[in-house]
Amino acid sequence: MKRVNKLLSVLTAGVLFAGALAGCGGSKEAKSDVIKIGGNLEMTGGSASFGISSKNGIELALKTVNQKGVLGGKKVELVVADNKSEASEALNSMQKLISQDKVVAVIGPNLSSAAIASSAINNAAKVTAITPMGTNPDVTVNPENGKTREYNFRACFIDPFQGTVMANFAAKEMGFKRAAIMIDNTSDYSKGLATFFKENFLKNGCEVVAEEAYLQKDTDFKSTLTKIKAVNPDFIYVPGYYQEVGLIIKQAREIGLEVAIAGGDGWDSAKLPEIAGKEALNGTFFSSLYSPDDTSELNKNFVAEYQKTYNAKPDVFAALAHDATLVIAKGIEDSQSAEPAKVAAAIAKVKDLNGVSGAIAFDDKHNPIKSAVIIEHIDGKQTFKTKINP
Amino acid sequence: MDTLLQQFFQQLINGISLGSIYALIALGYTMIYGIIKLINFAHGDIYMIGAYFGFFATTQLGLGFIPAIILSMAGAAIVGIIIERVAYRPMRNAPRIAILITAIGVSFFLEYSMILLVSPQPRTFPAVFTPTVYHFGPLVANSQQLVILISALILMVALSYIVNSTKAGKAMRAVSFDADAARLMGINIDRVISMTFALGSALAAAGGVLVGVYYNSIDPLMGMMPGLKAFVAAVLGGIGIIPGAMMGGIILGVVEAMVSGFLSSTFRDAAAFGILILILLYKPAGLLGKNVREKV
Repeated sequence: MKRVNKLLSVLTAGVLFAGALAGCGGSKEAKSDVIKIGGNLEMTGGSASFGISSKNGIELALKTVNQKGVLGGKKVELVVADNKSEASEALNSMQKLISQDKVVAVIGPNLSSAAIASSAINNAAKVTAITPMGTNPDVTVNPENGKTREYNFRACFIDPFQGTVMANFAAKEMGFKRAAIMIDNTSDYSKGLATFFKENFLKNGCEVVAEEAYLQKDTDFKSTLTKIKAVNPDFIYVPGYYQEVGLIIKQAREIGLEVAIAGGDGWDSAKLPEIAGKEALNGTFFSSLYSPDDTSELNKNFVAEYQKTYNAKPDVFAALAHDATLVIAKGIEDSQSAEPAKVAAAIAKVKDLNGVSGAIAFDDKHNPIKSAVIIEHIDGKQTFKTKINP
Repeated sequence: MDTLLQQFFQQLINGISLGSIYALIALGYTMIYGIIKLINFAHGDIYMIGAYFGFFATTQLGLGFIPAIILSMAGAAIVGIIIERVAYRPMRNAPRIAILITAIGVSFFLEYSMILLVSPQPRTFPAVFTPTVYHFGPLVANSQQLVILISALILMVALSYIVNSTKAGKAMRAVSFDADAARLMGINIDRVISMTFALGSALAAAGGVLVGVYYNSIDPLMGMMPGLKAFVAAVLGGIGIIPGAMMGGIILGVVEAMVSGFLSSTFRDAAAFGILILILLYKPAGLLGKNVREKV
């Protein structure tokens, strides 16, 4: 780890030096009418769909922003650098965007590992980077000293927040009182969601009547479900991934356990209705960051525009990259400058900014305080149920 | 008290249907061990391959449940024979540990070639028959559980018949008892061993198809855990003894259901492998095994 840090600092020093050299001839550019933002995105490689969606989202957002322009009519322009879905390439892309293209702020990378790797570069250069979907807490907080990385933000909430959201939804909106929890013991994601769910569900004055565990690749849940049925819960929380969740829902219905079942965005897959069966899925919910069926005016326009331009429904990557772009534009407007450091300071103070995925503000760890959506399955189809504010 | 009793019987139903799958896989383990003293760790993967044969038979060929299960058993039997021919026969006289390592290699080979061929994504088995739910008072069972139980019983009876009452079965028992003496009596050992692999693999494949129908989801790594559990079941009943494997499978399934139902689901696997340790410590020959002194 030490050696990696050393390598990083050498690289960073190199970048800064290059930046300083290039800066000599660049003073004219700052006065130009175009402000550049960077997209450090996964345009090729294993996660290419993430980067392509994000780029689409950013471009749509820029269309809106450029109708008025920023700083009295200046246009904002996107420069994309392909990080090939790799952490090491993300580092290079970040260097290129900052030193060559002189961007004011960067959107990306989406992958947590890539965002963590490149954070050293943009922090040293004092340029903001907003990851649309990097959910790992370490993206914005340095795990070595527990300090917030000053120039890293994210547009998504971190995983455990979904547990909190579901607890409030179940207790307040659905009026559930007795929950059973089934945790995937092999996944940190599942444990994190379950912990936060339990804490907040109890806070609402409700009970957790059973806590059971399973492992990834388990196939038989009937014994556990029979036990859960005997304690008579009105709600089961299963924050797992779709493969096991599908079997759990199917088998719960088979033994006549007809209560509501809910989980997190690990459920979000077209395979779920196939595994569980459409009928069994009725009365199940999951929390997610974004639903294209969200009924807000802003989102309706976004979805219509997106469909017109790209002939597809926007996914969560497009929506969050869109919102990240709005955050940067707001930062530029609020600081009345195109200087990266000033923009970053303004971004940290952004409040009540309306994005397509809900209202955005940042906490002291640079995680957004924002609303989540609850999606219900009706006859095997994902249907927007409601939006829950934090 | 009533609800506790009701819980007990419901868990018994769950346990027996799970246990009959373990029993089907354990049978193959035990037969192969009985005949060439090899713990065939690739056996769980044959079960996976059987599930995929069943999957393609129903989705691509549009076959019904029974033709699909027969086709899958035949396909897996051929795969079993090929594996024995290619991987184990050349090692017949090698030290036992070398063959064991080969078996683990074959297991990985099957798992990862399947990932390459059919992708690691789980597949959903088509509904080959609509499940009906039966209520016996407060107890619930569905038609799939009954199908699993009945198919497992039919297959086990058929196997017992083959082993005990046919000429081929007699040859298998002879080879298992003393291979050299059997050879002297004019029994073609290679053919008998091939047949054992074919039978064992066919049973595992039947288990795979039943699981696919029951749980509705199959993937290339699905054989790992059931393979290990079936190994425990075989050891529990006494490895090499056919009725022992059936008994071991059912006991293991019921114990798992009871542990998840009355203690905690977290202890379920601990209980299964705890049984293995206890058996090895106190009755290494298994429940039905007699302590036989090794011939030196």
